Amino acid sequence: MGITKAIAIYALRGVTLLLAVSILSFTLANLSPINPETRYRLSHPGASDENVSRMREYWGIDEPPVERYLGWLSGILRGDWGTSTSYRQPVLSVIGVRFQASLALMMTAWTFSGLLGYGVGCLMGVFRNRMVDRIARRVCLFMCSVPTFWIGLVFLAVFAAALGWFPFGLAVPPGIPPEQVTVAQRIHHLILPALTLSFLSFANLSLHTREKLIDVYDSDFVLFARARGESDIEILFRHGIRNSVIPALTMQFGSFAELFGGSVFAETIFSYPGLGAAVSAAGSGASDMPLFLGIVLFSACFIFVGNLIANILTHVIDPRTREGAKA
Amino acid sequence: MSNRTSAAISASATLAIILAIYIAGALLPESALRANFSQKGLPPSFEHLFGTDFLGRDMFVRTCKGLSLSLSIGAVASAISAFIALAVGLAAALGSEFVDYAINWFIDVFMSVPHTVLIILISIALSRGAFGMMAGVAVTHWVSLARVIRGEVMQIRSQQYIAASRRFGKSSLWIARHHMLPHLMPQFFVGLILLFPHAILHESGLTFLGFGLPPEQPAVGVILSEAMKYISAGAIWLAVFPGLSLVVLVLLIDTLGHSARRLLAPREAQL
Repeated sequence: MGITKAIAIYALRGVTLLLAVSILSFTLANLSPINPETRYRLSHPGASDENVSRMREYWGIDEPPVERYLGWLSGILRGDWGTSTSYRQPVLSVIGVRFQASLALMMTAWTFSGLLGYGVGCLMGVFRNRMVDRIARRVCLFMCSVPTFWIGLVFLAVFAAALGWFPFGLAVPPGIPPEQVTVAQRIHHLILPALTLSFLSFANLSLHTREKLIDVYDSDFVLFARARGESDIEILFRHGIRNSVIPALTMQFGSFAELFGGSVFAETIFSYPGLGAAVSAAGSGASDMPLFLGIVLFSACFIFVGNLIANILTHVIDPRTREGAKA
Repeated sequence: MSNRTSAAISASATLAIILAIYIAGALLPESALRANFSQKGLPPSFEHLFGTDFLGRDMFVRTCKGLSLSLSIGAVASAISAFIALAVGLAAALGSEFVDYAINWFIDVFMSVPHTVLIILISIALSRGAFGMMAGVAVTHWVSLARVIRGEVMQIRSQQYIAASRRFGKSSLWIARHHMLPHLMPQFFVGLILLFPHAILHESGLTFLGFGLPPEQPAVGVILSEAMKYISAGAIWLAVFPGLSLVVLVLLIDTLGHSARRLLAPREAQL
């Protein structure tokens, strides 16, 4: 299969996927009994019929759903994602501002969990079935069952409340104009949420890497290397890493969905002004549907990009798949 | 002791503990949850194992009731999810190529939105609350099990006795019922148990964010979201012990699932 054809198929898949997500989320939002009219009547008791009908017209409630969907979709294609009802700003600009904060958080957590997870995985692989491995494996299995929001609360209780090392939340110290906030202060506020978020996936990555390394250590070429006199550590650097880093990278890039889902909790607990906190806030209370749907679509794009990078990386780094593509 | 015996012992022990937690939560009197301002904010002691909250309610009783509630919700949600998985997996493997393709595509769509966000969306669509959350958890958790079942059916499908059965003129449905289902049952039950922890964690997570059970229920998610307000006041026990109990419950169910796999499907357990 030619590379152009592969790209075309992948792009087509991406477009249909996003279309399906938009239809699914729009339908679900439409089913909700918390629609603009009930919300308007709740917040304006005794609203006149005239005002209500004007409001119905503004939100297009009397139009058939399909028409409303097409209107929303064409707006999105033109770059008009609607207006957030809670921020009174265009959805796209709210997402833009919030995503910057989220990206800093998610990428820090992602890098940290990747390095830690891979490192621990290598350690477990080298010491397979010995004491270190058994303890580390128990810890990892325990970590897999720990919910993000609880670990966040524990970090908050220990490092912010009891020890006072880190602030309680937010991305910047309160009461300081944004231009005076230093990078050090931002990092200080970022550490706890990022640590919380990275606990989400590092254990999975470690266990996965351990399995891969054990496969390598059981292989014939390692038997031969051992016959040449290589030690476990040498084998790790000469054979182990080469054979396990690509699956690990693929797994990390494929974990964008969990990363985003985890950020909803981490950001809510630490009042971190990112997309995750925004999506949870947009869904609760009076529900800010334009913003919510916008973030759903945006998160789908984000995850798609993660999977795309994973696929590309596999092709670029792994020479075997390139050979396969030519044949 | 053989592998099988140890698996049986571990499975029955964990099952007994889980049942005990469930029954304890169901039997503990409601009166223990009444506010008692003379005993508010007490740290853990022998009288109040997990301490008391700022309304003077005993946290141990609340946590037990919460875990019991989690168990019932998790049971319903994972049972629905497992049945969806069974139906989808069978349809994907037995239907025409188009059905298989369509189902795989649909799974891709499901996987392309973060689970948490999707459950929130479904919960909003069903006007938030317990039912919406349960539906959300049930319709988002079948994917991995459906893939396992599809793979299993694909394997059985190429067996000779299936071909013979087809030659005898049996319909796809008949073959599914009489040849496939008996094979799939162990996988199905193990998968159902292993869905449980995910369902419970998502339930408490959603409740924590305010999209699940209402605040008057003694759910673990509710307890933890209340605890968040008191952490800055130093009441660490409000968050630590209920959450830890939840983790322990999840680990117990996970152990049960893996022991059940060793008992019911020893071939897969070795892989």
